[in-house]
Amino acid sequence: MVYSDRIRERFRRPRYQGSLPAPDAAFEDVNPLCGDRIRIECRTADGRIVDARHRGDCCAICTASADVLLERVIGEPLDLPSRLTAADLLERLNADVGASRMKCVTLPLSVLRGALDGKEVAR
Amino acid sequence: MSSVGDGCRADFPILSRVVHGSPLTYLDSAASSQKPRQVIEAVTGYYERSHANVHRSIHTLGEEATELYEGARDAVRAFVGASSREEIIFTRGTTEAINLVAQCVGRTLRPGDEIIVTEMEHHSNLIPWQMACRDRGAVLKAVPVIGEGFLDMEAFGRFLSPRTRLVAAAHVSNVLGTINPVAEIVERSHRVGALVLLDGAQGAPHLSLDLAALGADFYVFSGHKMLGPTGIGVLHGRRETLETLEPAWGGGEMIKEVWIDHAQWNDLPWRFEPGTPPIAGAVGLRAAVEYLAKLGMERVAAHERDLTARCLDGLVRIPGVTIYGPRNPEIKGAVVAFAVDGIHPHDGAAILDERGIAVRAGHHCAQPLMKRLGIVGTLRASFSVYNTAAEIERLIEAVKGLRGAL
Repeated sequence: MVYSDRIRERFRRPRYQGSLPAPDAAFEDVNPLCGDRIRIECRTADGRIVDARHRGDCCAICTASADVLLERVIGEPLDLPSRLTAADLLERLNADVGASRMKCVTLPLSVLRGALDGKEVAR
Repeated sequence: MSSVGDGCRADFPILSRVVHGSPLTYLDSAASSQKPRQVIEAVTGYYERSHANVHRSIHTLGEEATELYEGARDAVRAFVGASSREEIIFTRGTTEAINLVAQCVGRTLRPGDEIIVTEMEHHSNLIPWQMACRDRGAVLKAVPVIGEGFLDMEAFGRFLSPRTRLVAAAHVSNVLGTINPVAEIVERSHRVGALVLLDGAQGAPHLSLDLAALGADFYVFSGHKMLGPTGIGVLHGRRETLETLEPAWGGGEMIKEVWIDHAQWNDLPWRFEPGTPPIAGAVGLRAAVEYLAKLGMERVAAHERDLTARCLDGLVRIPGVTIYGPRNPEIKGAVVAFAVDGIHPHDGAAILDERGIAVRAGHHCAQPLMKRLGIVGTLRASFSVYNTAAEIERLIEAVKGLRGAL
């Protein structure tokens, strides 16, 4: 089932949506498939992700994926996102997502990695 | 086949499919239409009986394949009302046809020359012109979209000048459905000496065409959106214009005689068809245009107008639904773009799919238009000859349940 209860719940009431007052890492990118845009901001200290928020104009799957992703990485070492995979997110979303929507799941992960790598936002 | 709607559904094998337990309701023909048995059998029959390369093989199959391929050109010429078969160039699709013209015309651009596009163009009719302008130092201007989704023809008039080299515009918008005033665009562009390319991807499948009378220098469309196979498209070019252009690409077939350091180009239309062409695609496209011609394009257009009117009428009554594009079906193609409050288009499309309803969602390869409308994307229902009023009702009922579905 594409829209698992977890996806519905995190879409309706995301826990990590918003912005941070003084992020020291931020990146945003678009899903070329649908034009969705998501931004992730992080604060880091002592080699760890201290806090993070996501916001943008996204579908339920992308919003929920961003939310469970940030839940997973906050408080964890900076290199954790580089080790996470789409399968990790799907497991946390408890969802069976087809190939055409997989980018909705993985976009937040690549944006988070971009933020931590210090990538510049394309305009 | 006897008529549009229910009268022809039996010709389309795929329409008997069941999707997620519901009968398939295919409302995505603007992206790609389904194929009648006549087209499928024409392609299969070609491969089973007559396949060989065209124009070069002096044996029975080579002769048959050549006759079928060139016969398809004659059928397409008749269908679109072109003056001569030399004006019908087969391509892989609309995108390739536009790129072909953009390369041919692009290499004649000088710094300061201007190309005019519109804000409602599909990326296919925008990016090739961006590339041509970038390469040659030319200037790209876009006619704004105003009101319910119409071209700002006053702005168009202000843009036109002796510097305008080419005007590229959609015949019918793939999002808004707006049928643009193409005769006026052609007339006014020619008055300043500019060429005109019309993107007919959403026009040729739905409207009766008389390209000789229309007079556009280029009219391009795809086979797969008009009941034909993928991988075949058409560039219709006015002979006088085509004869002024150097070919875009080189290879076999497009030459008359070749020396090691130069070559003499072949006659029209082959000058623009290097390499082995999409023969089976052309055969299938012929079957498609003959199928459409038998239905009668006036009847096709009237049927689709009726479906569009029913769809608009149903959607406008649903709270939280926003419709994009003209509300008057008389001036609109067979496409209705809409959004539902609180539901992302992709989620909406996925939920409709669970009920067997296939619609498109997203930016529809028209991101500048989405930016103009201030949205990321829309849902889009689009219609073809085989759709019925009952299917529109099914869509309307399902859309009523979208709000709060997640």
